[in-house]
Amino acid sequence: MNRRKFLKTVAISGAVVAASPMLTNTFKAEAKGEGLNKRSFEEALKDVLKGKKPVESEKVKLIAPSIAENGAVVPVKVEVAEPIENVKAIHIFAEKNPDPWTVTAHLTPQNGKAYFATRIRLAKTMNVYAIAELADGSAIMAKKAVKVTIGGCG
Amino acid sequence: MGRVALIKIKPRRYKKGDIVRVDSVIMHPMYNGLIKDKKTGKPIPPHYITDVEVYYGDKLVTKIDVNASVSANPYFSFYLKVDKEAPLKMVWKDNKGEVTEKTVKIKPH
Repeated sequence: MNRRKFLKTVAISGAVVAASPMLTNTFKAEAKGEGLNKRSFEEALKDVLKGKKPVESEKVKLIAPSIAENGAVVPVKVEVAEPIENVKAIHIFAEKNPDPWTVTAHLTPQNGKAYFATRIRLAKTMNVYAIAELADGSAIMAKKAVKVTIGGCG
Repeated sequence: MGRVALIKIKPRRYKKGDIVRVDSVIMHPMYNGLIKDKKTGKPIPPHYITDVEVYYGDKLVTKIDVNASVSANPYFSFYLKVDKEAPLKMVWKDNKGEVTEKTVKIKPH
């Protein structure tokens, strides 16, 4: 090996070593969005609400079928009987899914009405929770038992 | 920009100051990593929408954080207070970095 070749290999290996931490970083960033974050309902609730304890309230109206034939498509509608200025976010949780947190809608006064509807997957028969985060820092919720004939988690 | 997305405003005719419903659907498989490919028996890697942003004019009106447990071809519905003539833009982002945008005109009569 002559001098020129030697210097070249050193330079290349140096570049590879320098690049490797960057590579692992991008992998981590990708892994964050990959797969389900398996956790219990209590853990998910704590993570999303940051320790707030939701109180059951009649102000939250959760409309979902009591019997869902297909767990892959369960329509869920949430209405909060509060002025929109007071509602910051609406969360939907499915108690016994691998990751109970399903969806969060961050609302603004421009929405005009505290309402959110979507379709979710349910793995089996379970309770569905709708939680509204209010501007004063409290959280109110409603729950509904949904009976699932065929689970929707694959 | 490749995915098919639909935004519908209900009712179709509205005045300034009305509160209208916005229905949206995007075609997306929403693989959660648990479903297996029927031919090979291998799990299909997760591929799902993680963020949805709604802009009215240039203001961010609603932000939706989405998990893989939302059904395939996700449907989202919310209300919007119409107080100006401006485009309503929705941006869907998935965990593979795919971005789909769709704009509708809001034109109060």
